Amino acid sequence: MPLEGQIVEIVLLSLKVSLSAVVLSALVGIPLGALLAVGRFRGQSVLIVLVNASMGLPPVVVGLGLYLLFSRSGPLGVLQLLYTPAAMIIAQTILVTPIIASFSQQVFSDLHHEYDEMLRAMKASRWQTMATLIHDARHSLITALLAGLGRALSEIGAVMIVGGNIAHATRVMTTAIALETSKGNLYLAVTLGLILLALSGVINVVMILLRSRLERLAHV
Amino acid sequence: MSDSNVFPLGHPRPRKPAPPLLTAESLRYQRGGRELLAGVSFELPEKGITALLGPNGAGKSLTLRILMGLIPPDSGQVGFHSGFSGRIGMVFQQPVLLRRSVRANLDHALRIARIPRRDRTGMIAELLVMANLTHCAENAARSLSGGEQQRLAMARALVADPELLLLDEPTSSLDPAATAAFEDLTLEVAAKGAKIVLVTHDLHQARRLADDIIFLHRGRVYEHRTASAFFNAPESAEAKAYCTGTLLT
Repeated sequence: MPLEGQIVEIVLLSLKVSLSAVVLSALVGIPLGALLAVGRFRGQSVLIVLVNASMGLPPVVVGLGLYLLFSRSGPLGVLQLLYTPAAMIIAQTILVTPIIASFSQQVFSDLHHEYDEMLRAMKASRWQTMATLIHDARHSLITALLAGLGRALSEIGAVMIVGGNIAHATRVMTTAIALETSKGNLYLAVTLGLILLALSGVINVVMILLRSRLERLAHV
Repeated sequence: MSDSNVFPLGHPRPRKPAPPLLTAESLRYQRGGRELLAGVSFELPEKGITALLGPNGAGKSLTLRILMGLIPPDSGQVGFHSGFSGRIGMVFQQPVLLRRSVRANLDHALRIARIPRRDRTGMIAELLVMANLTHCAENAARSLSGGEQQRLAMARALVADPELLLLDEPTSSLDPAATAAFEDLTLEVAAKGAKIVLVTHDLHQARRLADDIIFLHRGRVYEHRTASAFFNAPESAEAKAYCTGTLLT
């Protein structure tokens, strides 16, 4: 395969893995953030501390844990996920979810503080309150998604362990950069590095434009 | 002797007083070692506008929040008469509007009240006309003037067709024209049968709107009388001082 083809393949897989992980993390993290901001339940404080602490989860530890789970002799070995993009998505989802949940919780807490009496006076249920907060905070949640995407795109430890950095199968930009650097192939490593930076910049610009568009639509 | 002998035909028969809409009994509320409500008791007549008057820190807004159920009192209770529907609306001093259009704010309130989608469009149109907001229905709620925002907050509170409407200094930051528009809306709502409790610092507004006055000071009820009796001759020294602007908190 020509070099350009390899690069395109690696970039596309990186985007597929990281964007999938961010979408999955958002589906879990945003409602979790809303629940932590609005809910009143036993163990809530412990859960908040756990979520916040999980933002700093070491990727290699997550990778190792998943490796043990998904390895042939592990409890989930039957799923045959090890060294597949699916395992990489799961690993990144575990790393990104606490970031999105924690950012979301902060956003929802601030908004809930403002809306609380008004919504209680309207006799809104807990679910109606959460739905209102998610709707009205959607533009602010872009920042949470961006932070999550930044973490996913730049992550290497977990995807290296559970993906295995297999050419044409699980090689993504970060793992390829590490491999090519160790091989002394600096041209490819630097090219991938620049593409990663450019991608990150483009995604940030798009998200910021989306945020301002949403803000206009949301009448902020 | 029968009643008809005592009150022969043609003479007005004294009516049995209507039961109060609600009774607040010995409401107490303490925070930070300060007694903010020190046994507040009153009965609210079923109809009309009751103004809660008193200096800053008297406990007016706190009393309103307790009536709304937003804050539980440390002791005491609020009892409603048996036929009360439970429908209460509230308008706050600073209107908190959703980051949506005027129409979407009303639609949201109707959805919270579980009004079916097919009925909402017509109800929104009616509320917009009542609050005189039809011209800005698609505008961002937060871009409205202060008066329009407060009328939207009132329209939103009316979504649940409240039997009791609580207004917490709704015109404190409005200009005279916006205040007049809000007062007209308040009178219209009262005329339709809703009981209104109004917290205000504006004595002229209380004179214009209120049927009866509850005067609070330092967490206690000092007077509860008809508005005319209160303003013509306040009984307590505190109420007199308040009306002449010399009451110190």
